[in-house]
Amino acid sequence: MSITANDHALLAQGHHKQSFVTRWLMSTNHKDIGTLYICMAFIGGCVGGVLSMIMRQQLMYPHNDIITNGNTWNAIITAHGLIMIFWFVMPALIGGMGNWFVPIMIGAPDMAFPRLNNMSFWFLVAGFIFVLLGLFLDKGTGAGWTLYPPLDNAQYSPGVATDFSLFSLHLAGISSLLGAINFIATILNMRAPGMTMHKMPLFCWAILVTAFLLLLAIPVLAGAVTMLIMDRNFGTSFFEPSGGGDPVLFQHLFWFFGHPEVYIMILPAFGIISHVVSTFSKKPIFGYLGMAYAMVIIGFVGFVVWAHHMFVSAISTDSKIYFEVATLIIAVPTGIKVFSWIATMWGGSIEFKTPMLWALGFIFLFVIGGATGVVLANAGLDQELHNDYFLVAHFHYVLSMGAAFAIFAGFYFWIGKMSGHQYPEFWGKVHFWTFFIGVNLTFFPMHFLGLAGMPRRYPDYADAFAGWNYVSSIGSIISGVSTLVFFYVIWRVFTSKEKLADNYWGEGATTLEWAIPSPAPHHTFEDVPIIR
Amino acid sequence: MNNNAGRSIMKRRDVSALRLTGLLVLTAIFLVQAHGAWAQSSAPNPTAAANQYVDAPHDWQMWFPAAGSPMQARIDWLMKYVLWIMAGVVGFVALLMGYVMVRFRASRNPKASKTTHNTLIEIVWIVVPCLILVAIIVPSINLIYYEADTGNPYMTVTVTGHQWYWEYKYNSVPGLDYTSYMIPDDEIKPGEIRRLSVDHPMVLPVGKKIRFVITSADVLHGFYLPSLGVQKYAIPGTELTSWTTITKPGTYYGQCNQICGLGHDSMPIEIKAVPMKDYLAWTKQALANYTQNDARPPLSSPMPRNQLADATP
Repeated sequence: MSITANDHALLAQGHHKQSFVTRWLMSTNHKDIGTLYICMAFIGGCVGGVLSMIMRQQLMYPHNDIITNGNTWNAIITAHGLIMIFWFVMPALIGGMGNWFVPIMIGAPDMAFPRLNNMSFWFLVAGFIFVLLGLFLDKGTGAGWTLYPPLDNAQYSPGVATDFSLFSLHLAGISSLLGAINFIATILNMRAPGMTMHKMPLFCWAILVTAFLLLLAIPVLAGAVTMLIMDRNFGTSFFEPSGGGDPVLFQHLFWFFGHPEVYIMILPAFGIISHVVSTFSKKPIFGYLGMAYAMVIIGFVGFVVWAHHMFVSAISTDSKIYFEVATLIIAVPTGIKVFSWIATMWGGSIEFKTPMLWALGFIFLFVIGGATGVVLANAGLDQELHNDYFLVAHFHYVLSMGAAFAIFAGFYFWIGKMSGHQYPEFWGKVHFWTFFIGVNLTFFPMHFLGLAGMPRRYPDYADAFAGWNYVSSIGSIISGVSTLVFFYVIWRVFTSKEKLADNYWGEGATTLEWAIPSPAPHHTFEDVPIIR
Repeated sequence: MNNNAGRSIMKRRDVSALRLTGLLVLTAIFLVQAHGAWAQSSAPNPTAAANQYVDAPHDWQMWFPAAGSPMQARIDWLMKYVLWIMAGVVGFVALLMGYVMVRFRASRNPKASKTTHNTLIEIVWIVVPCLILVAIIVPSINLIYYEADTGNPYMTVTVTGHQWYWEYKYNSVPGLDYTSYMIPDDEIKPGEIRRLSVDHPMVLPVGKKIRFVITSADVLHGFYLPSLGVQKYAIPGTELTSWTTITKPGTYYGQCNQICGLGHDSMPIEIKAVPMKDYLAWTKQALANYTQNDARPPLSSPMPRNQLADATP
């Protein structure tokens, strides 16, 4: 591959000048759509983050009066969960970074179906509007992000808010489904000559496995949501005991989607962390094939463990044992990944740039979240821990710290490639350390609250829980301030005049995106690159 | 020496007996004068024994509540077992990361190695985690079977979740079926716990195996008793069972642990565990004082107090 300086200028301009509307509203370019997804994730993350700040302020003191109505509280927790999952983590990792870098990494000129790609994005925006309507209309959707009936059926949640929230899942689901089809078609068919599956960068493997998970899980969610909408509006009784239905059926369907969804959020994060760790250790990834197939195994086993979310629901004793054992098995491929990251660093020449700090933070905190996951997988212990703050701590350690740390790692790693300007190193590190302290202070005390028996989704609690709740709320304020530092970093990036080299990370960065200019030109590969 | 000591004890006993008699006489006079109070306290409170030990959450609590049942004791043990193993894993990973970050930082190790494979170590980090999992799974499965063993109970209480109160039906005491509401924040009296105390607690005998049949009349609820190690969803149209044996007279608390609408945080569970004799006395008193719940109280907010249960005999 050789791209001359002259070509750079030509590529950067694109073939013709596009108007703003043509470029951003009718985009068919994977990088522009990736950018749109990242903007969506930014907005979603801000809205979800503000909701979490409101909740932590309410919980700062017992008998607090910021939110006095249980319906408002339930609407906020529901919207926080849905928005953070579908409009922050997923668009950032899959739609955003996946769109931006999967075609580049495999040497493809664009995604397989560019117009489908655009459609995926705008479905997601429509879904976001719907989920906000679900938050603000009427009394809001107050069933929690798991949307268990009968609480969200027509009798207990009258009004249109719940319908909007349910439809928002349809829209986000279609968006994800089309995106998944696009990624699978792209990765399987559009790899450059020489880019065999077993040479493909781990981020592409991660997105490929994620896409298959989406392809198989989203239709089940769509089915469950459709049945709920039918129950609500057309008098069916899929989940209505008085009509011969069963609310437990919904729990099975929801978690058959919901558990793979957890891996949908974390597998792309694994991919990003692999790249960052390898780059800043200046070493190729250790045990590449083990890393790739560990993700495949996690994806596969992730489909057969769903009922560990239902250990205290209607489920037989022997099923509990099966689901416990199957769940624990996931610890093995996850262990392969963690130890391989450490082995990648072993013998390396590690530079502690901001993306590497986020990656190291990710590995450590994800291991803590994984350890509490092993605890929760024990059905016998889950009888005590189910739905209490120990669980809240666990899933925030793997998501709020796992997935979010990976998103920030990817942001600092690739922002130079995406924008053409480097982030300020000092402020990046300030952002990392304040966020690291903030989220740990927020979520670690929740383990204690859970052990003491505080249930989740409570706007007010017994006075004995006040101490750790106060600490947790202080932590959330620190995380909030840290996010302001992040805003400043973004401002610095976009006001920077600095020009960046193609490969600004040096010898450790070996994937194809580092062979093209920074920022990446509008059309990446005029000629098909040959991978040796 | 011995005799002297014995005599002095006798003396002390005499003195305290005198004082006690005096106190009793004074109390009797007081009670006779305060006629209304006398009438009320003539029926002794059969759940008084439960007030001596209160197993409620405490400030800055960092571990499970004190185990009130053998099941919770087992959960506590397994939790410590699993958590220590996992703490070992986290500590090991932290040590490795710490070592790598110090030993292989760029300033100390400027030239990176190119090692990308080591079959032995890759096998080790598959096999060792598998062995750790086996060590966890064996005691864990035992606990699952123990928790599931609801057979041969001394008595059964049918627990029904409602928006937003609990209903307790004693299957072995025909007609004993009453509701239990949280005491609203502005009506909390000294000795009660805000957000945990209820107007009519569930009363159970200690040392007997009690089976809970848990269901719901409307939406999902969660019957969650952390100090007894019991938790099950209350699902409309489905009956789930769990069990407990309370070892010590005392007051135990629980809360609704599955989102159920605007009063989700306002339907705690309070259990008074008393000796069998007191329990039997309580069932008589309760049967006389609580009328059977055959109508649903209004669901409006603010929360209605338990008027059905408080109806005159």
